[in-house]
Amino acid sequence: MTLAERIRAHMPLRRWVLAGLGLGIIAYCVLALNWSWLQTPKYQGMIVQGVWNTIWILGVTMVLGFILAIPIGFVQAAGPWYLARPAQAFCTVIRGTPLLLQLWLLYYGLGSLFPLYPWIRESDLWPILRQAWPYAVLALTLSVAGYEGEVMRGAFKGVPQGQLEAARAFGMSRWGVFRRIWLPQAVARVLPTIGGETVLQMKSTPLVATITVIDIYAVASRVRQDTFIIYEPLLLLALVYLIIAGVIVALFAWFESRLPKRTA
Amino acid sequence: MADGSALSASLDLLAYSPPGWGANLLRGLGNTVLIALGAYGVGMFLGTLGAFGKLYGGPLTRDLLGLYTTLVRAIPELVLILILYFAVTDLVNQALLSMGYERIQISGVAAGIMVLGVVQGAYATEVLRGAIQSVPAGQIEAARAMGMSPLLVAWRITLPLMLPAAIPGMANLWMIVTKDTALLAVVGFNELVQESRQAAGTTKAFFTFFMAAGVLFLAMSLVSNQVFARIEAWASKGTKRGGI
Repeated sequence: MTLAERIRAHMPLRRWVLAGLGLGIIAYCVLALNWSWLQTPKYQGMIVQGVWNTIWILGVTMVLGFILAIPIGFVQAAGPWYLARPAQAFCTVIRGTPLLLQLWLLYYGLGSLFPLYPWIRESDLWPILRQAWPYAVLALTLSVAGYEGEVMRGAFKGVPQGQLEAARAFGMSRWGVFRRIWLPQAVARVLPTIGGETVLQMKSTPLVATITVIDIYAVASRVRQDTFIIYEPLLLLALVYLIIAGVIVALFAWFESRLPKRTA
Repeated sequence: MADGSALSASLDLLAYSPPGWGANLLRGLGNTVLIALGAYGVGMFLGTLGAFGKLYGGPLTRDLLGLYTTLVRAIPELVLILILYFAVTDLVNQALLSMGYERIQISGVAAGIMVLGVVQGAYATEVLRGAIQSVPAGQIEAARAMGMSPLLVAWRITLPLMLPAAIPGMANLWMIVTKDTALLAVVGFNELVQESRQAAGTTKAFFTFFMAAGVLFLAMSLVSNQVFARIEAWASKGTKRGGI
């Protein structure tokens, strides 16, 4: 297929009209709305910092949460009851209550409890515990662990028994079976869903602004309070999140295209 | 800290009548359930339209619906709530002013239901679309061959047959909408989380009230699970389980 044919197949007339309309709306937004605050160096710096905070919080909590989710899922799929039950209860509680509530419980609850103990205040960790971001990272990590723990439980259960028996028959140790057969096959099963889960997690990150972490959402709120401009910061916010979501989807699509596919 | 007196002090704080805050929490729970039910209804309605539109609509309808579901699923609910809340209030007021009426204040409940409903609609569109596709094509063809109109086919054949496939996804959406009501706390609406924050802020008993709100949410989700299990059993009456 030539390029022109490909373009024609993807872009029939109605899509050109839609795209034109979209460009018109964007042009109107750029020209008619008030974007003067974007030229202030103070806000430019805050926006960059805010986007960076959103991204690192997203990355760190996804990785940590997923690492936690592996044992949580595994003990539910194959562990003894005294490990499986608490893990199951953890997933139920995390999935059954709003993330905002968990975040506030950790931040305000723990935050009001810690200062009561002198040894915590005197410890080297105190300067960190006084800030907001550890609570944000903890709450978002636990949230990923809860949701993904449930997903990993299904993935571990879904690995065919024959695979594990074959590995045992080869003389692998129990740990060897887990590391070389069980875990890789379970992870391969959930990989296609992780891109979507990451987008969902990205959509949860603005909640950290409610506990004074300065992510991009907090920056936009700050601009709105300072300048009394209502829509423009919100539109910028929507655009930033759209771009991040697009990048996540593209990254995972690229990553998945590089994985070997089973052909039989 | 965690001795008997602390426990009884917590229970006093949760008592139904003042100085306890139990009544406030229950009022918040009522608002949460109200908004969740309303938004779920709006979402199901939009989702049904969206799913049929995506599957059977013209190319333009499909493109527009694709835009709707993509945008809603990529932008955080919190941002959508703010944008839709301000934009809709503005539009309604401008329409009213141009017709010579006074400005009105849109109630928090109505705005919450509308906004969360639009968000739910996008997810429901995808859930219902998948469920409709699970209906064997032969059933629909047979109904058409019997001379049923498209609406009658949808009502008699497609909707009942897609129910068993749709219910797990719809149950999931209900869980999501009950938890998403918490986001309205950020815009100051008095649902359960906001009520518990006010109580906690006044009394400084953060653990007590956030835990209490968490227990109420958990109870809600456990009860909903039971209800949906019943509904699923009812909807999949007559379907074969296991085997081919």
